[in-house]
Amino acid sequence: MSTDFPAWRQRLTAVPPPPPMLPARYVVAGRRPETDDTVTLMLRPAGEPIALPRPGQFTMLYTFGVGEVPVSVSGSGDAGGQVLVQTIRAVGAVTRALCAARPGDMLGVRGPFGTDWQVSQARGQDLLVVAGGIGLAPLRPVLLAALAQRNQYRRIVLLAGARTPADLVFARELRIWQQRGADVRVTVDHGDSSWPGRTGLVTGLIADALDDPTATAAFVCGPEIMMRLSAQALADAGVAATRIRVSLERNMHCGTALCGHCQLGPLLLCRDGPVVSYADAAPLVTRKEL
Amino acid sequence: MESQVTIPVPRLIDVEGLGALFEVLVAVGYHVIGPTVQDGAIVLAELSSAAELPFGWGVSLEPAGYRLRQRGDTAAFGHAAGPQSWKRFLHPPRERLWSADRSQDGFTVSTEDSEPPRYAFLGVRPCDLRAIALQDRVLAKPGSRYTDRRDGVFIIAVNCTEPGGTCFCVSMGAGPGAGPGFDLALTELTGDQGHRFLVDISSEEGAEVLGRIDSEPADEHTLEQARSAVETAGDHMGRHLDTTGLRDLLAGSHDAAHWDDVAERCLTCGNCTMACPTCFCTGVEDTTDLTGDHAERWEHWDSCFDVDFSYLHGGSVRTSPRSRYRQWLTHKLGSWQDQFGSSGCVGCGRCIVWCPAGIDLTEEVRALHAEHEADAGPGRDWS
Repeated sequence: MSTDFPAWRQRLTAVPPPPPMLPARYVVAGRRPETDDTVTLMLRPAGEPIALPRPGQFTMLYTFGVGEVPVSVSGSGDAGGQVLVQTIRAVGAVTRALCAARPGDMLGVRGPFGTDWQVSQARGQDLLVVAGGIGLAPLRPVLLAALAQRNQYRRIVLLAGARTPADLVFARELRIWQQRGADVRVTVDHGDSSWPGRTGLVTGLIADALDDPTATAAFVCGPEIMMRLSAQALADAGVAATRIRVSLERNMHCGTALCGHCQLGPLLLCRDGPVVSYADAAPLVTRKEL
Repeated sequence: MESQVTIPVPRLIDVEGLGALFEVLVAVGYHVIGPTVQDGAIVLAELSSAAELPFGWGVSLEPAGYRLRQRGDTAAFGHAAGPQSWKRFLHPPRERLWSADRSQDGFTVSTEDSEPPRYAFLGVRPCDLRAIALQDRVLAKPGSRYTDRRDGVFIIAVNCTEPGGTCFCVSMGAGPGAGPGFDLALTELTGDQGHRFLVDISSEEGAEVLGRIDSEPADEHTLEQARSAVETAGDHMGRHLDTTGLRDLLAGSHDAAHWDDVAERCLTCGNCTMACPTCFCTGVEDTTDLTGDHAERWEHWDSCFDVDFSYLHGGSVRTSPRSRYRQWLTHKLGSWQDQFGSSGCVGCGRCIVWCPAGIDLTEEVRALHAEHEADAGPGRDWS
């Protein structure tokens, strides 16, 4: 007698992809201090490279014997996209060790993980970038991508805020971006006597920077409260919530939606984020201790 | 046209047959894991013979209470869920992911390519069978270590004929009869006609293994007796969970006052997450040895009740016990549906039994339903 059984046993078996928990080895090829506590590292693969990150995606960076943290990619530059650019602020043991890395040092890299900014949704429209502090790092690839195809966009506006002039990241690049056709406006919370520019919160620049809210795509990254206020200001000014994208942070451990740490309501932010539309984020980031 | 699925006729074996079945599994090369009495509880462990099964033992279950009791018969599977679940074997509490050694150019990373043990799970209760299926949805990614272990498992389920005081698998649609995913399923009968097991067969492997021992076809009467014992068990659940609109209830209960009430009782110890057969969260831990030249990464079970679970630089997101219990319950019963297409609860009742404060999620859900209805508007009924 031949007997058929339900096919449940075959369900799991499939061709395995490369193990996502294994770090790829990268060597620090360049190091550029941005501020007192922030460093940009240029990383070159010492073996098999990770896939090319899309703007907004993050990697897990490992320093030998210390640990691993999620860091948004701040650029994937030359050498056929093999050089990975990551900007790190020293806020704990691992990030301190990453900031202390010197050219020639080896780091581990896993990823890239998560969603991207979807820069192309701004094509033919105004592209507005709103950054707070090191929040400019994940947005740098947006500006680089848009400026590389300058004629695809109408206005490209960057609103960048920092606590003090000394806390401005990518300070030298701001002028270059301006020259390449971006409208760059900078503000600091606290200027000193030598600061010629604006003071105040970056949210204060939004109303003036908007020209045609219904034909604007906005990309926002910074401290969560800054993103919430900025996105709300944009929405109030008439930018559709679905066209405002924010980059959220939770405690990413695995990067593969398996460990549960980065939950924000129904989202697993390492997979469904970090970049989400404000339409999805708004009901989540306005709830305390979610 | 869909092919006709023919399920073979159930067979009957006796206690000796169960022993023979065990020996066949060992002979085929399986490590047989099953329930056994240890340290005053029925735990899951690798067994060396069927004699180690908890013949004659039952359990009394209540919130924060678990006691072994002597049964009036010799049933081997006459007990409800114990402190452990099968995730202990499929999704181990601690596992080394890789090790790294300092080298001339920096460091090298290596993994062990050891074959996972081939397990036969003997005595998987229907709630736990569903729990395995739920963990499959979360963890069985192609090529993962979980998948490697899971793929080779031989499962002998046991239909439930005697639920415990904290059981509610019927509410969650997970029992008392075993759903899909077993190779063989036993229904234990201890009546006048002796101690026997009805065996349902649901895979080639199951048929193959059963074919190696003596069994007889089940007669109509025994079949009827077994089916009715399982059906009756469904009427004797110790608990009930109202699942109507549960996802929306929890999504809309973020600000419910009841979370403060739970928080006054919850010790945030995380026992419920360890005992839960579907809780899957893990953390990673990087270690070095004393020389500093050898580093390892370990994965371990983690709990959303731990303050560090939601740590970001500058502090944790969920610091209050209120928010941590809310996260657990909301995920288990609500947002799990958004993430994985079903509830994360199977109604095994472990979280009720192993909560040192006796917090009963069925009661908490009832209270949330009540608060929601009371807040819903003018139609308050004080009668």
